[in-house]
Amino acid sequence: MPPRTRLIDLKGWIFLAVLAAFCLAVPVLNLAVPEGSGLHLPTYLVSLFGKYLAYALLAVSLDLVWGYCGILSLGHGAFFALGGYAMGMYLMRQIGSRGVYGNPLLPDFMVFLNYKSLPWYWYGFDHFAFAALMVLLVPGLLAFLFGWLAFRSRVTGVYLSIITQAMTYALMLAFFRNDMGLGGNNGLTDFKDLLGFNVQSQGFRVGIFVATGIALALGYLIARVMTVSAYGKILIAVRDAESRTRFLGYRPEHFKTLAFTVSAMMAGVAGALYVPQVGIINPGEFAPGNSIEAVIWVAVGGRGTLVGAALGAVIVNYAKTILTGAMPDAWLFALGALFVVVTLFMPRGIVGTLMEKFGSRRAAAKLPPEPEIAPKLAEEGRGS
Amino acid sequence: MIRLLTLLFLLLAGPALAQAPDPYAQLAGESYAEIEAGVAGLAASGDPRAGAVLSALSEGRLLARPSDKALFIRQGSALTDAKTGAAAPDDPALKAVRANNRVRRGIEAAQGQLNLVSPDPAKRREAADAVFKARDAAALPALDTALAREKDAGVKQVMSEARAAVLLAKPGTSESEKLAALPAIQARGDGDAMGILRGLGADPSEAVRAAAGRGIAAIETRLAILGALQNVWYGISLGSVLLLAAIGLAITFGVMGIINMAHGEMVMLGAYTTYLVQEAIRTKAPALFPWSLAISIPCAFLVAGLVGVLIERFIIRFLYGRPLETLLATFGVSLVLQQAVRSLFGPTNREVGAPAFMSGAFDFYGLSVTWGRMWIILFSLAVFLGLLFVLRKTSFGLKTRAVTQNRRMAAAMGIRTPYVDALTFGLGSGIAGIAGVALSQIDNVSPNLGQGYIIDSFLVVVFGGVGNLWGTLVAALTLGVVNKLAEPYIGAVLAKIGLLIFIILFIQKRPRGLFALKGRAVES
Repeated sequence: MPPRTRLIDLKGWIFLAVLAAFCLAVPVLNLAVPEGSGLHLPTYLVSLFGKYLAYALLAVSLDLVWGYCGILSLGHGAFFALGGYAMGMYLMRQIGSRGVYGNPLLPDFMVFLNYKSLPWYWYGFDHFAFAALMVLLVPGLLAFLFGWLAFRSRVTGVYLSIITQAMTYALMLAFFRNDMGLGGNNGLTDFKDLLGFNVQSQGFRVGIFVATGIALALGYLIARVMTVSAYGKILIAVRDAESRTRFLGYRPEHFKTLAFTVSAMMAGVAGALYVPQVGIINPGEFAPGNSIEAVIWVAVGGRGTLVGAALGAVIVNYAKTILTGAMPDAWLFALGALFVVVTLFMPRGIVGTLMEKFGSRRAAAKLPPEPEIAPKLAEEGRGS
Repeated sequence: MIRLLTLLFLLLAGPALAQAPDPYAQLAGESYAEIEAGVAGLAASGDPRAGAVLSALSEGRLLARPSDKALFIRQGSALTDAKTGAAAPDDPALKAVRANNRVRRGIEAAQGQLNLVSPDPAKRREAADAVFKARDAAALPALDTALAREKDAGVKQVMSEARAAVLLAKPGTSESEKLAALPAIQARGDGDAMGILRGLGADPSEAVRAAAGRGIAAIETRLAILGALQNVWYGISLGSVLLLAAIGLAITFGVMGIINMAHGEMVMLGAYTTYLVQEAIRTKAPALFPWSLAISIPCAFLVAGLVGVLIERFIIRFLYGRPLETLLATFGVSLVLQQAVRSLFGPTNREVGAPAFMSGAFDFYGLSVTWGRMWIILFSLAVFLGLLFVLRKTSFGLKTRAVTQNRRMAAAMGIRTPYVDALTFGLGSGIAGIAGVALSQIDNVSPNLGQGYIIDSFLVVVFGGVGNLWGTLVAALTLGVVNKLAEPYIGAVLAKIGLLIFIILFIQKRPRGLFALKGRAVES
């Protein structure tokens, strides 16, 4: 029996240390350094970094299913957005009578659309605890149902990717409807406060940034626990040889469903932390393109490494911020080229490539197998 | 009005009443009343020159000589005798025949009546339709005359419908006359007929009300069936669009197993090629414009096909056997292509014109069919059959199937598999480009054109069964028809969401689609 994998390996320690340093440095630079100083970090940058960390958590959740379970979900943006909507609904309820119409019971858009009373699914969102529960439950339940159906029927590979994409597309269309009672096209916005803190205030911005950092660290640890445990070994076995694992007596669908559900909850939390920092959630978050973009973060950082996923999310989004500001036209060229270059020349991503070069051979062997370049698919008959 | 009617009656009473005044003389008369009577008389006389005289009058070109009440028509500088049509010398004593609003209305009605006996059946039908719509009781005598001489069955039917409509609308029609008129209206069976029957709801006669009620019920049934058929037609139309969008993907994804996320952009390239071809034709050879779409088809095929071959050679070639990676790489390509087109042509929609044969509509047993949709349906079927032919009957198709079914064996047989791969991908992309030519006619030609079709295309191919062209055809038409049938009940967006959910569930039940290829692959 090979030696037990440590819960936190070298790259994990580096990751957690960097994250902790980041979460300490940013508040200090923002709060303690006086405004005129060259080292002062403006509050908008704090929120921008917080947004990156939320994306990183989404990327980690995606890596859990894609890197360790072989499920390429093109619908993780949906779980992210659902978590965001749950948080957005709580934030809407906190506005109370401070809206434009000043209605104590109904949010502005409902007054505008002539709602007479609060739809039933808005009940309970006045309470933070309930909203927090929904942030986990709604994406989790959807993922559980979806995964349970799909994995039981052995829908795998491309087919699974396409139906996850169809799922997020259907949700996008649904949330665009005004009848949905969730703000339609405009989504939910104009938030005032969360747990009594003004969402615009500097203190809150720093607080939620740190909270996102902690959530990312926790998400990483949960994913680590899941992947280094005995359960994780089966998960990897399912990824590499699903039929063989099944013939050995395991039920791949159970393992996959659990991983998918946990991952979706994680994505939901990421969305919930994202919304107060950007101040809006709208159906555009469900757009299939967003989910595919999240996949490329994971691919750039290195799938099956968790740390790489987080790193990829931060790097790609930082590049996006820089490029869309400097040369708006160039961003799509750059992103498109990134997709192509990474898949062609860096199939293991940044961290995976580094591990191959400098890491132990044993660790590198745990990465998802680099698929052979030969046209294997054609030999197995049509399709894949 | 009563005077006019009397006059009309007298005139229609025909040659027996020899004292009927000469309408030409009346037209040259002094008072408007006389002129008006002349107009009506002329209309009822059946004189072949009546139309020319009336239009001359309405345009102020009808001149009268006060001395002998002779009438002349001025045509430019020439004069013709109104009665005979013979050329006449100019005369300074001629005065234009005046017309007031009453006279003008009379002219309009008279022209309508004249059209009822026009030698052109289309004109007669149009005039009868006008009477049906106006339900002017004054037209009844002329209608009766026209009906008696009508030979064309179709026009005759419209005329009797018009006659029935006039009778039903006219106060003082007897119960038996109304009952006799009802079946003609009921047989017409459209919304107008329904309106007439509804108007009878307050009729004093019990029998008429009951008959009208039965007529309404019958028409409602008919309209409901017609509505359903119309929806089926819209569905087939939508299905043909889906088919066009998906059929190229049925090659690249279905046959080759490449998840080509840039497929939509191939469609977009085809649409932009159409735009460029049309621009070139507009500036260089406007006479060719009706042929612009036909010229665009091979151009779009070449442009999209060439781009496809390049993508295959430089990217996809390295990714065979890694379908999920091709998905990411081709998504990257799609972003680049979109942005490239946006940078070149701007983000706004480009105007692609429709040749004359694409516009207009015709009526098919009460279904309104637009020519544009009709051509797109035919075109999509032609593309489908053409593709089927290429894959089944040509040497290239044979090689394609050989390579996709067993690459090593095909290579051993001397087939140059990399060539076949590139050309097959090019074929699929080129077909997408052709689809772009058709879609440029019904959708906005913008850099985002392709994105709207990509998810639908994948779902069509997956639903139909990967690797099966017939499956793609059936799936596209099914999804189109079901979508359009559901739309009236739950709205367009919910219908679409419902379909997406249906497909997601369907994949669980039959993971290989409607028409799965039989095989022993456990997990491929």
